[in-house]
This record gives sequence, structure tokens and C-alpha cells, in this order.
Amino acid sequence: MANLPSNQTEIELPLTQRPVDVARALAPRRPATWVLSIVTVLVAAQIVHLLLTNANFEWDVVGQYLNSETVLQGVVMTLFLTVTAMTIGLILGGVLAVCRLSDNTLLRALASSYIWFFRGTPQLVQLIFWFNIGLLVPVLSIGIPFGPTFASIESNTLVTPLLAAIVGLGLHDAAYQAEIYRAGLISVDEGQLEAAQALGMKPVRVFFRIQLPQAMRFIVPPTFNSIIALVKGTSLVSVIGGAELLFSVKEIYSQTYQTVPLLIVASIWYLFITTVLNGVQFFIERHYGRGSSRTGSSSIVARFFDRRAAERTLNRGMES
Amino acid sequence: MTQPILRISGLRKQFSGVEVLKGIDLEVHVGETVAILGSSGSGKSTLLRCVNCLEVASGGSIWVGDELMGYRQESGDTVRRLTESQIAVQRRNVGMVFQNFNLFPHWTVLQNIADGPRSILKLSKADAIERSMALLTRVGLADRATAYPRQLSGGQQQRVAIARALALEPGLLLFDEPTSALDPENVSEVTDVMAALAAGGATMLVVTHELGFARAAADRVVFMDGGVILEQGSPAEVFDHSQQPRTREFLRKSLV
Repeated sequence: MANLPSNQTEIELPLTQRPVDVARALAPRRPATWVLSIVTVLVAAQIVHLLLTNANFEWDVVGQYLNSETVLQGVVMTLFLTVTAMTIGLILGGVLAVCRLSDNTLLRALASSYIWFFRGTPQLVQLIFWFNIGLLVPVLSIGIPFGPTFASIESNTLVTPLLAAIVGLGLHDAAYQAEIYRAGLISVDEGQLEAAQALGMKPVRVFFRIQLPQAMRFIVPPTFNSIIALVKGTSLVSVIGGAELLFSVKEIYSQTYQTVPLLIVASIWYLFITTVLNGVQFFIERHYGRGSSRTGSSSIVARFFDRRAAERTLNRGMES
Repeated sequence: MTQPILRISGLRKQFSGVEVLKGIDLEVHVGETVAILGSSGSGKSTLLRCVNCLEVASGGSIWVGDELMGYRQESGDTVRRLTESQIAVQRRNVGMVFQNFNLFPHWTVLQNIADGPRSILKLSKADAIERSMALLTRVGLADRATAYPRQLSGGQQQRVAIARALALEPGLLLFDEPTSALDPENVSEVTDVMAALAAGGATMLVVTHELGFARAAADRVVFMDGGVILEQGSPAEVFDHSQQPRTREFLRKSLV
């Protein structure tokens, strides 16, 4: 192309010198995307085919038990255990995290030991342990250590499967939650704390108004990870006879032997609960993303809500 | 001369055995603007951060008005360190502007400024907003009250930070290299605001590399080197008739 014959009357410009406008450029060829799409469609079709034609799923049985009283009671128990254990975890975890970050050596050591122990032993072992606490301490008393006691009760009377479950799940969750809080708190820029101090804010206010709100952006995603793990973790309680969702379906299929459809019933409920939690997470993350240039996803749903949030921000800007 | 609002005597500061401040004596009087110059590592930022107790001094003393910063004198010559909450109260008379602005990103511009008057001075919401808007007007940003810090340029953020520091009406303002993180074209919008403050009678202690600002707006220039104050005097004395070879070398290199 560079050396064109000199006798040619109309000189054809070399490719690199012709006028170009990228406005009408074609999309790049992506053969791999096409292959992947076809494979995906085939596999999806296979799965749907399996779900519809394999009689072992017994969808009629699934439909029959999905709303049955025993299953619904299990769902309620699962939700109750999740909420109570989560509450213990969120509050105790916060206390532990603050202790671990404190200047006080004793508080730091106490919190570290707690986290070391409850994170280092299996949740199932802890649950069984709390349920059998009577083997270790037959009588529980309230009183002054090594001094007089004011009230006492037999451990086996006090510790029902329900109480053992709440205590076991909650204390275990708190250890993990403490580390989630701590990760978020130390991720806040030191300059933010200095600016707050320089303005004369007292430590408690610096923590709640400056450090924690900014830490929340880093705390929320792993917290929901852990809450969702907790929802499913409540199924461990079936081992100590707590009548949660898995225990309820087990009770049914141990009599009817319809194991597969009833496990599907349980799975559908677990998925339903975790899906709702995903939605809650979206809204909470959006709330704590205020003022951030990196506000999560750019999906159509997110953009719709972001626009509404922007309008609200304008209104709120005038508030202190 | 008026009484000093800031009295630093024999101030020493060590970081893990390394002496960064080796006995600093400095007074700043009401209405005075003092610029601190010096190369990095000379201890000028540390000096500033000791004044409002962001750094704990290793020795000496700092008085802001009647307050011994960070400590309380008890009977005899006993001195007891204050708690963070007590230091917070002392800090309310000392405003600070940081190199990296450090505005609170989760609050709007207005919230950043109005929070202090509202929560610390206990002004009514209307009064706090009024005061904040007046300050924003003063730094030329009244139209950005509802923006979040990240939506502003560096120069605008720093002007908001100045308004925030002014909101508690402190007796002393500290500036820690307020223009060092800015694009060159944004520097003057910040130094203009600072010069106006200085001319308006504010008491300011400014660590800066902006020699033009120091010469034009400062009443006194302090040159620090190796943790000591090497020289101080009027801008003309220090810039044009420096007695110290080290100062002259610094100025020559800085002006190139």
C-alpha cells in the first residue's frame, strides 16, 4: 500500500490515511459469548425438563405441605431463632468490638479471649454443650462469687432446647459480628476522627456520629452474609430437638418417607427468607451509601431508587 | 501589645525515641497571623497538632487562653492529664483546617458546618442554619449547601472546611498545609479566603508552603528546621533580610 505505482492517475489513499468516523462503528465480535449463551440455554432447558418430568420431586406433595401447620410453625420458630440470635449477636458483637478497640488492656484481652473461644469451636458443639450444661453445672445460682447466693435453679429445668438454641446461636454469632464491626470501624480514615476531635466532639459522639455511620458501608454487606448464614444455621438446632423448619419437615418425612419433596419444602422457605433479607440489605446499603461516589450497583432498579434518593437529599440538605 | 492567646513554652515531642520537637517557644497574640515555614520533617505540622492535642506533647506546655491544653493544674506543681471528653471541651476554642479537608462525607455541606453550632453550642436549628449559611456566603459557596463533599472540587471542599472551623467561633485557628492537596489553579481561592480572615482580625497559626500567602497575609513568619525555631520576624525580615543561611537556602530552593 505504501508504494503505489506512480503512473496511476487516481491515487488511492492508504488505509491509515482515509477519513474515519467512529460514530458508526460496529460492535466487536464476541464468539465466546455466543457459545456460552447456547450452553446456558441448553443446561437451563435440561434442568427445567428434569424438574417437570422427574416424578421423584413429587411436586403435589410439596404443594400439600408448603402451607401445612407443622411446616409454618417450623418457619415461625426459625424466624424467631434468627431474630433473637441476631439481636444478641448484633448487640453483644458491638460491645465486643468496642472492647477490642479500646485502650483498656483488660477489656481488649477479655474481648479477644471471647472471640478466640466462640469462633474457634464448632457451632454444633456449642449448641449441644449449652443443651447439656446440666452435666457440667447441675445447679445455676445468682449471687456473689464465692459468697452468698440469692436464687438458684436446676439447669435441666431452665435450659430448654429453645433457650440452649438462642444462647448457642447468639453467643457464637456475636464473636463473628464483633470482627465484622471491627473491620468496618478500622476502615474509617483516621483524618475523619481527627477532624471530629478537632471540632470538640466528645468520644461517644465521634463514635456514633462520625465513625460508625461511615463504617456501616463496610459493616452491612458482611453482616447480611452472617445473618443469612444464621438463618440456615438455625437448622442445627434440630439436633437438640428445637422444633424449627428442618426439624418440622423431618418430623413429617420420618412418618411419610417423602424425604425429597419435604426437603424441597424446607429449601423453598429458606430461599424465601433469604430473598427477603437480600431486599432489606439493598435498602440499608443504599441508606449508608449517602455521599459516596461508589453507591453499589447501577441496575435499573438501583437507578430508579437513586433518583428518588437524590430528591430526598435535596430536601434533607437544609436539615442539620 | 495585646495578651497572647497561644503560649507555647519548651515544647518537646518524641516519636518512638526520635525527637521531632526540641524545645519550642512561641507566642501568638490576639488578631495575629503567624505563618510557619520549613521543609518537610522540620516538625511544623507536629507543632500544630500538639496545640489542639491531636498529638500528646512529651514535655513543655501549651496554653490557649487560660487553658493548659490537655492537662489540669492541681495543688502545688502537680499536673494531671485530662480525659478525652475534657480535652474535647478545650478544643472548642481551637479550630483546625486539615491538608486533606476531612469533611464528613456522609453529611451535606450544610450539615458539616451546622453540626458544631447545633450540638456543641446548642443553638436552635434555625440559628445554626443561619450562622452556617452566613459562613458559606463568606467563603463564596452558599449555593452548594445541599451538596455532598465528594461533589465539590478540592478548593471548594477546603473553603467548606474553613467555614466549619469558623462555625464554633474559636479564638485560635490552626491551618495544617491547607493548600498542599490542591491543584495549583485552586490554591488562590483558598488563600484568598484565608487572607480575608487574617485581614478581618482572626488569630491564625498557619503551616504552609505558600510563600506568597505568608509574605502578603502573615504578620509574622516563623522558620522551623530540625525541630527548633531557627528564626522569626516580620515577612520582610525573614524573606528579604534573613540572618540564617539555612533559611536563605530554603527560600532560594522554594522560590525556583
